[in-house]
Amino acid sequence: MSLMDNKIFEKLFEEVTNLHSIPIGAYNIRLNSKAAGRNSSANIDIIPKTDKPGIDIIIKPNTKHESVHIPALVTETGIHDLVYNDFYIGENADVVIVAGCGIHNDGDSLSQHDGVHRFFVGKNARVLYIEKHIGTGDGKGERIINPQTIVEVDEGGYIELQTTQLKGVDSTLRTTKAKAKENGTVVVKEKILTHGTQYAETRFDIDLNGDGSSVNLVSRSVAKEKSRQKFVSVINGNAKCMGHSECDSIIMDEGVVSSLPEITANNVEATLVHEAAIGKIAGEQITKLMTLGLTEAEAEAQIVNGFLK
Amino acid sequence: MLELKNISYVVEDSKGIIKDISLTIDDNKFIVITGPNGGGKSTLAKIICGILKPTSGNIILDGKDITDMSITERAKIGISFAFQQPVRFKGVTVKDLINLAAGKKLCTADACNYLSEVGLCAKDYIDREVNGSLSGGELKRIEIATVIARKTKLSIFDEPEAGIDLWSFKNLIEVFQKMHDEIHGSIIIISHQERILNIADEIIVIANGEIVNKGTREEVLDSLLDDSVSSPGCSVLREER
Repeated sequence: MSLMDNKIFEKLFEEVTNLHSIPIGAYNIRLNSKAAGRNSSANIDIIPKTDKPGIDIIIKPNTKHESVHIPALVTETGIHDLVYNDFYIGENADVVIVAGCGIHNDGDSLSQHDGVHRFFVGKNARVLYIEKHIGTGDGKGERIINPQTIVEVDEGGYIELQTTQLKGVDSTLRTTKAKAKENGTVVVKEKILTHGTQYAETRFDIDLNGDGSSVNLVSRSVAKEKSRQKFVSVINGNAKCMGHSECDSIIMDEGVVSSLPEITANNVEATLVHEAAIGKIAGEQITKLMTLGLTEAEAEAQIVNGFLK
Repeated sequence: MLELKNISYVVEDSKGIIKDISLTIDDNKFIVITGPNGGGKSTLAKIICGILKPTSGNIILDGKDITDMSITERAKIGISFAFQQPVRFKGVTVKDLINLAAGKKLCTADACNYLSEVGLCAKDYIDREVNGSLSGGELKRIEIATVIARKTKLSIFDEPEAGIDLWSFKNLIEVFQKMHDEIHGSIIIISHQERILNIADEIIVIANGEIVNKGTREEVLDSLLDDSVSSPGCSVLREER
């Protein structure tokens, strides 16, 4: 039986990867803590680890315009999945990595996926990392995702982390640690929506160690109903570098958001900026959309969708 | 036809109050409301489109009392409003806003036409977010484009000229004239600009919450030279002298 014959898998797979079928090229599909499909390509090797669960993804130098898909899915209740994935991106490579985790929990036991991802971005390599987290199912069991991301960017390297968590994850603690050498660049675009009694915490620890290194960290989040969020960003400028972090949050109903920025310039040539804004949807935004014929609820949905687009 | 019957709006801070205004605006008219700042012009416009509720009086549109209707209901029966200070939205693009205004998903070419009409190079703006990266003048033109896209029987513009540079002014006048010719609805513009007053069918002068003058363009323009409605300036200082 093919994986796609399982309707729960198919739906979750589509939601996490935006794909309707098993991808072409390099991929690794993890289902309920086990490997469910794997393919290496001429330039991208996927090798299972022997000492712990997980894989090494080795991308050859100068690999251009290739992608790797590594979704991790949990469709059974009571699973606690822990995985270690290491990405070695060779010099001058330019690749897209699509990851993400979906938990479908119809049962009463907790289902959890904890992924530890390490990225070693080679000299002048470029990586776009797209990760989507989602929870589905009607069970009382919680859906928990705690990702850890560790990034080392070599000279002239670039990594952009696009992470999205828009529904169904009851609790998440996301930690991201990154170090950049000379002219290395780290870009983070994070989107989070929480509802019900969900809790989401994201922590960033960025060290800009080389001259010309930079980070641009943009987080947009919406906390609805009784959900809570915490955003912690620590940026250390240890060289002639540029650091910018921006945390924008909309709070609705009884939602609570905390933002804790910490920027430290350890070098007189470091330029670091933090912007944080938390507030409800501006009344005039709702009013404007109502003058275009939207109801108050439609206006609110439009503003939230646009904000997290 | 829009009728305002004995509309009053009284607030504690006394700015922008309306005192018992009654007014009829016939179909297919181009009306300019003018008068000193703080006289109640914007308040009256917001009362017509439902953003403010009058403390007394009735608003009748085509024979139907709309006083208790919400902003949304009034928008749906054909009232549009261009804000004096356009609202910014993070994440909402110019095209999103024009689609919402038109009430349907327009093809890019149609959406671009509305931008071109207000003098914006469509390809530079259509996918941009309506956020802080746009200047006041750009936002103002996008705001006007959203009202044009609605094609309603009553369009109200609150000081559309503010933030529009002199080079674009001729274009702005043409936009209103074209709208008037094509949509066959009524247009109410709040303005201080003589060039906008010059294209009005009727001019209404509001000061201190009351209509102090009203009539055809020719009738009112002459009397506007009289300083009876000009701002009193700083009366406290005058008394101390």
